[in-house]
Amino acid sequence: MNRRDFLKTAGLATASLLMPNVQVWAQAGKTASAAPSNKLVVVFLRGAIDGLSVVVPYSDPNYYKVRNNIAIPPPGNELGALDLDGHFGLHPSLAPIMPLWKNGSLSFILNTGSPDPTRSHFDAQDYMESGCPGRKSTSTGWLNRLLAQLPDNHSPVRALNIGTTTPRILQGPVASATFKAELKRRRSPIDNAVIAASYERMYEGRGDSLERAFLDGIEARTTINEKLNGEQMQANGGAIQASRFGAFGKQLGKLMSEEPKVQVAFVDLGGFDTHVNQGNGKGQLANHLNVLGNGLSDLAGALGDTYSRTVILVMSEFGRTVKENGNNGTDHGHGNFIWALGGAVQGGKLLGHWDGISDRALYEGRDLPVRTDFRSVLSSVAGDHLQLSSNQLQTVFPDFSASGGNAISGILKA
Amino acid sequence: MRTIKKKNGRQLDAPHVANIYRRMKAASPANAKRRAIYVALAILVGLSGATTLLSGQALARSKASRIERQQASSKDSREGVAHLLNRVTFGIRPGDVEKVQALGVERYLKEQLSPDSIALPSSIQQVAQVPALTENPVNLFLNYGKPALKALSKGGGNTEADKKALGKIVRDTYGKLYQEAAQAHLTRAIDSPRQLQEVMTDFWFNHFNVSSDKGLDHIWVGQYEESAIRPHALGRFRDMLGATAHHAAMLFYLDNWQNTAASFRPVVNNPNNSNNPKAKSRFKGINENYARELMELHTLGVDGGYTQKDVQELARVLTGLGLPPGAGGGFAMRNPQERRRMLGQFQGNQSQIMPFGQRSRQRGIRNFGEVVSASSIPGDAKSGSYFDARRHDPGTKVIMGQTIAGAGEREIEQVLDILARHPSTAHHISYKLAQYFVADTPPESLVKKMAATFTRTDGQIAAVLNTLFESEEFWNPQNRNNKFKSPYRYVVSSLRATDATIVDVVPVLAYLKQAGQPLYKCLTPNGYKNTQEAWLNPDSLINRLNFATALGANRLPGVRTENNKQGDITDSLAIVSEKTVSAIEQAQPQLRQSLVLGSPEFMMY
Repeated sequence: MNRRDFLKTAGLATASLLMPNVQVWAQAGKTASAAPSNKLVVVFLRGAIDGLSVVVPYSDPNYYKVRNNIAIPPPGNELGALDLDGHFGLHPSLAPIMPLWKNGSLSFILNTGSPDPTRSHFDAQDYMESGCPGRKSTSTGWLNRLLAQLPDNHSPVRALNIGTTTPRILQGPVASATFKAELKRRRSPIDNAVIAASYERMYEGRGDSLERAFLDGIEARTTINEKLNGEQMQANGGAIQASRFGAFGKQLGKLMSEEPKVQVAFVDLGGFDTHVNQGNGKGQLANHLNVLGNGLSDLAGALGDTYSRTVILVMSEFGRTVKENGNNGTDHGHGNFIWALGGAVQGGKLLGHWDGISDRALYEGRDLPVRTDFRSVLSSVAGDHLQLSSNQLQTVFPDFSASGGNAISGILKA
Repeated sequence: MRTIKKKNGRQLDAPHVANIYRRMKAASPANAKRRAIYVALAILVGLSGATTLLSGQALARSKASRIERQQASSKDSREGVAHLLNRVTFGIRPGDVEKVQALGVERYLKEQLSPDSIALPSSIQQVAQVPALTENPVNLFLNYGKPALKALSKGGGNTEADKKALGKIVRDTYGKLYQEAAQAHLTRAIDSPRQLQEVMTDFWFNHFNVSSDKGLDHIWVGQYEESAIRPHALGRFRDMLGATAHHAAMLFYLDNWQNTAASFRPVVNNPNNSNNPKAKSRFKGINENYARELMELHTLGVDGGYTQKDVQELARVLTGLGLPPGAGGGFAMRNPQERRRMLGQFQGNQSQIMPFGQRSRQRGIRNFGEVVSASSIPGDAKSGSYFDARRHDPGTKVIMGQTIAGAGEREIEQVLDILARHPSTAHHISYKLAQYFVADTPPESLVKKMAATFTRTDGQIAAVLNTLFESEEFWNPQNRNNKFKSPYRYVVSSLRATDATIVDVVPVLAYLKQAGQPLYKCLTPNGYKNTQEAWLNPDSLINRLNFATALGANRLPGVRTENNKQGDITDSLAIVSEKTVSAIEQAQPQLRQSLVLGSPEFMMY
């Protein structure tokens, strides 16, 4: 049901809906996207996930030396890692995405991150979302600047945000549609057709940006409501039911597969700041990874054919200390891993530079180093997958150029 | 059907508008007041652009309306006063226009520009009497900083139960401080008769933004607004610049507390600490963050004629200006592992960790409101700052061609003087004020006049605003109801229009967060914008309509409007279109108040 049907249902559709300006928008929306476009999903793990528990260097004896209580056992053991390449293994809770590794659509880029040394969540998230490390007054998010470079298909759902508030990464001139991934959709006053029609009478026909925002807002809402109504939205694999994360995969996947104008989507998950009792193959982090793994697996499944045109990047503001701390946890570190999933990904392999985790290899003697700037990864995906030119990439990531040792290749299928 | 093409391309259906007047005339005598309002609304519609249309017979018959039309361009007209109130206050309350008309616009403005001349009701005074606002940053740290909370927390050790207990105390304390500050802030924004002071406090807080989401600013943000912003909001720019530069909240937020001469070599006091690389990394050299924003955002503006070299030189001047040891500048920022170890020692043997001997004071504190102060903390307790001469770069600096000889702390006052008096600053501040009060793209003619006043008065903000309020640009009908409200202004103006009482501030804060403008939590140092481009988008508009629907029906969580004795909130609209009038008339009565709050006109100010 679109906005028009919605108002017809209330018996209130009038000639005013055929105002010339409205028609122009509607037509623009119809003609803009002939070929199905490639899509990007960014999943941000807030709190800094422990990368060494996601991709486990089980063949490195140092790993078990510095992590007495929180190491993931080698493959073949109870709650042990799932072997990836003979040296590294995946956290057992991420078993739901193991098929994606096996079918070649999941990879990890090791030792990535921000060149800014901050270990403050606040500053590091800010930089990673603005895409301008060290420049605090950048007011727009890189995902919004990227959207501004994509062909404008005039859809109010071209950018989706799962949550309640527009995050830093999506702030900027291009509008995004925010919705909660809830197991049961909650109605708000504007979903009442009589109330909506009353507001419509005030807003329609003004021919200004207020009218445009109103109509787009109603349309985005009805689109999302309709697609997600009555769906069995629980996550697979018994993930935490009450959590909004439990539903994100199926909901987002369904919306993106059925609404071809969605270009980018953003999801953020919290709870990864595991200073205390991080756990190993089970425990706090394992539970979170279980939710995340199921969500990503649901997302890949629900995307259907669209999966082949989608890249899903999973990232976090920084990594955690290589050594465990005195509380069976890990503290704020530096480098981390970026996960890349999707049919367009040249998966089944580990990318980036790996120097091991001996003391000498570590940043400030304690953290994984940053060998690949996170913007290199983002630029590579935005350039190769979303077809942005180098000039456009300059707009998305000013002051940055992925060249020389900073560049990374091989993320996407040739 | 005759249609009249308006300037903005809108089609107006003339017979339809005539119908509105017929309906109004047919209204029963019992609805006299409402009818009068609609007449006024209709007139305003006419004045807002459809003059041709309204010059018809229906309107001409009304003597009152003729008078209104004649006065439309004057400041004392209903439309003029409504415009003024929309900008000087956080929104028109029913009855406000008449009050200002009775008082006279000039006298009203004069009062608002000197807020001390306006008496504050005791309720407004009382709401600010909370530790989050009244205690200085040092006392706030000693009482509510992590070390104090750790000492309060049962156990205080490293077990999981201890951590949980501490976590709860920390969350509760930060939450309570934030809510106290927010309750006071919102109550004053809604109810203070010194409206312009509150409006300017909002302006300057965003100009000198800090975020309560960043570490220690949790406990300092309310006090920052109370001591560094509000008292100077209509005062002298240089005073506010100095107050923010020295306040702990700013020093922490923009990292200047870490800004240290490159040559500085720390003396590691704690023998247990010497092997820890973090012990040295707290003060690891120059940090330019504050210096850059001080030029780019607080004073000169991004095109203000400074270079990266000037930023570097300014950063050198600012080295050593930080937080007092023992009140934020001590061990608060060490990594958690180390902090835990130190705190363990802190309880056993204070001498190595707390060189200023705060342990007994911190331990004595148990309850909110019983604040213990510490006179032995070095530096300035009022601002929570401390100048560490050891970390200051003693060399000569050159900033924008001016040589600053090494003179320790005095250099800082010297450069703040230079920055505050620079012509770029006068222009930058004037531009931002004109954008805030007049139009998203303010007329350069106005900015120039204001900048001249700024320079002539050495940055007297009330004088600059007086120039603004007297300008033809401000009164130009094109600049009326042309600003899109920020979410914050939308909420506050809605609560003013409905004479609402906040009974629980938490849901209101949650709404502001959802709307993208959580109070005191703008991440970036440029603060929240106040332009349409920043805030008008489909999500935000739909959010507002949900808010309006709930508030208009007195169903908004945390808020009560049943004691509203102000009458028809339609008076809160400065202008209104026939479309809006018609939609309100067609709606069920219980929805009408919501429709006013959700109308396109109420989105603007």
